[in-house]
Amino acid sequence: MSAHSITEPSATTKWISGGLVVAYAVVTLIPLLWIVATGFKTPADAISYPPKVVFDPTIEGYVNLFTTRTRVTPEQLESLPPPEGIAEEIVRSYGMVIAGPSRFGERFMNSVVIGFGSTFLSVFLGTLAAYAFSRFKIPLSDDLLFFILSTRMMPPIAVAIPIFLMYRQLGLSDTHLGMILLYTAVNISLAVWLLKGFIDEIPREYEEAALIDGYTRFQAFYKVVLPQAATGIASTAIFCLIFAWNEYAFAVLLTSGTAQTAPPFIPTIIGVGGQDWPAVAAGATLFLLPVLIFTVLLRKHLLRGITFGAVRK
Amino acid sequence: MAEIVIRNLRKEFGDFTAVEGSSFTIGDGEFFMLLGPSGCGKTTTLRMIAGLELPTSGEILIDGEDVTRKPASQRDIAFVFQMFALYPHMNVRRNIAYPLVSQGMPKAQVKAKVAEVARILGIEEILEHPVSGLSGGDRQRVALGRAIVRSPKAFMMDEPIGALDAEFRERMAEELRALHDRMGATTVYVTHDQLEAMQMGDKIVVMNHGVVEQFGTPQEIYDHPATMFVADFIGSPSMNFIRFEGGFRPGDTSVRLAGAEVAVPALREEADGRRLVLGVRPEHVHLTDAADAVLRGRVEAVEYLGTTQIVTLSTVNGPLRARVASSEVVRPGEVAGLAFDARTLSLFDAGTGRAFVTAANEGVHDG
Repeated sequence: MSAHSITEPSATTKWISGGLVVAYAVVTLIPLLWIVATGFKTPADAISYPPKVVFDPTIEGYVNLFTTRTRVTPEQLESLPPPEGIAEEIVRSYGMVIAGPSRFGERFMNSVVIGFGSTFLSVFLGTLAAYAFSRFKIPLSDDLLFFILSTRMMPPIAVAIPIFLMYRQLGLSDTHLGMILLYTAVNISLAVWLLKGFIDEIPREYEEAALIDGYTRFQAFYKVVLPQAATGIASTAIFCLIFAWNEYAFAVLLTSGTAQTAPPFIPTIIGVGGQDWPAVAAGATLFLLPVLIFTVLLRKHLLRGITFGAVRK
Repeated sequence: MAEIVIRNLRKEFGDFTAVEGSSFTIGDGEFFMLLGPSGCGKTTTLRMIAGLELPTSGEILIDGEDVTRKPASQRDIAFVFQMFALYPHMNVRRNIAYPLVSQGMPKAQVKAKVAEVARILGIEEILEHPVSGLSGGDRQRVALGRAIVRSPKAFMMDEPIGALDAEFRERMAEELRALHDRMGATTVYVTHDQLEAMQMGDKIVVMNHGVVEQFGTPQEIYDHPATMFVADFIGSPSMNFIRFEGGFRPGDTSVRLAGAEVAVPALREEADGRRLVLGVRPEHVHLTDAADAVLRGRVEAVEYLGTTQIVTLSTVNGPLRARVASSEVVRPGEVAGLAFDARTLSLFDAGTGRAFVTAANEGVHDG
């Protein structure tokens, strides 16, 4: 009989669990890979049946995503000087010329400003509030915390109409500030609760040590508590960003021009010059990147253990 | 280096009174112990002295200056936490240097100071280590280093060795005391361990339920406890309490106990027909067959402790423990006569728990 260890899984168990994990990863990643792949297909390849897994990649989708194009007569096309660059060449192969840049870049930047702006504001206010709730005796603090939590108890879209009217009255419709405030309002309850949990975990002794070492309360907060709370702040920021970045319903309702974010814009690409799935897929692919990059950048803060051992529990 | 004066210090947390009107003076350079069971208010008192907690009322003077309402950062004291509270995101060197950095000290000077402290504490090799990998003893040394590097007016220590393993604890206790003797800085030390308090302290305050029960040197507190609580809390095994009813007048030198006259230190107070308690330390109980035996007891158990043994006896006045030399032959089941050292006895009022004033403890209890 072979010896069994309670803590160390056997080789078979490892293989089975490894296989399950890989299978799960493949299943969940297929739609994502499909989008990325579609972004590099021609419109014909994108809708071909049976679907093409192997295809000739082209950047046509990306060209269409970033440009607006107009159809010209073959005579006009011939009278033009030779195409400059690959983008021009692709467009002309369809009997069109580039008329100018599309709005995608602008909308994408709106998403960046609004998404990161509201994330920063949520985490900033959330950290201060969470610290206060965690460390100071606040009258009715339990009720206040419950109130903050209660703002999440119904789907935000349920109050869409009042918000729409309020924003119109206040002149916040279709403004960056309006969207930042709105996403902050939705995210702040999550931020306060998550961060309070993290800050509660940080022993008060650290700050007290800093206070005694001659630092002010704010310095103690800034120099001692914040580095300890980095894990919590990072994960809270990711959650906030994911919500603000992906939010669709309010963006459709409250933005149309200046402050429109990428989510309501991407579906409109499809209408420009037929069923341009590769351009949509290209937009979706680019849209995935910031959250991905942000998460990867903050990954090291997500690993717990930095406080391990400095205070004995 | 400073004298710390505590006047009528009081702290309430809502309806709960953590500290009730404490007053005592910590002399310059003293190693001062705040001793008591958990929840007695000793840590709250220490935190008020340090400025981490604001008193509800009362005064705290450090070096003659009223600091009651001053923030901790302006009191020029150092605090050693039970859980070390080393800054986890800094290495040993930066932890020790941190209080100096806050003062804006030039880098070269900080470096020299840290080196000096590291040498005193014998932690030069670990200066560049992260604090997370250190052993308990080393962490406590680093915490001490952070405290002494600034040469503050006074040190506050909240059970600094309570979290260490037993073997380390003894060594750190010695190191702490040696460090104190070398630096001569006023130190206020909180502990619930009476042995630690006796072993290290110049003066001890015994607290219970937010009240100062007694204030004095370890000898005074051990030999002449002011209350039954102190008598019971200090000493292992604790003081025997023999309950009886009776009375006495000032000048009496004995009390009647179970039909026998027991010699006690000359009494300075009077009591009539009250429930009294005679307190006698186990080491002051002698097993004897001579005529001076005041009580008789049956030996119930014998615990051998090396040089001494603890004999548990049952008497008509309840169980009693005696600490006798292990060379004495005592067997369970025997009946032995018991005699007490008259000079060492304490008499308490069973109702209030207070010790009566006698020739032995006169002047001890006023602190």
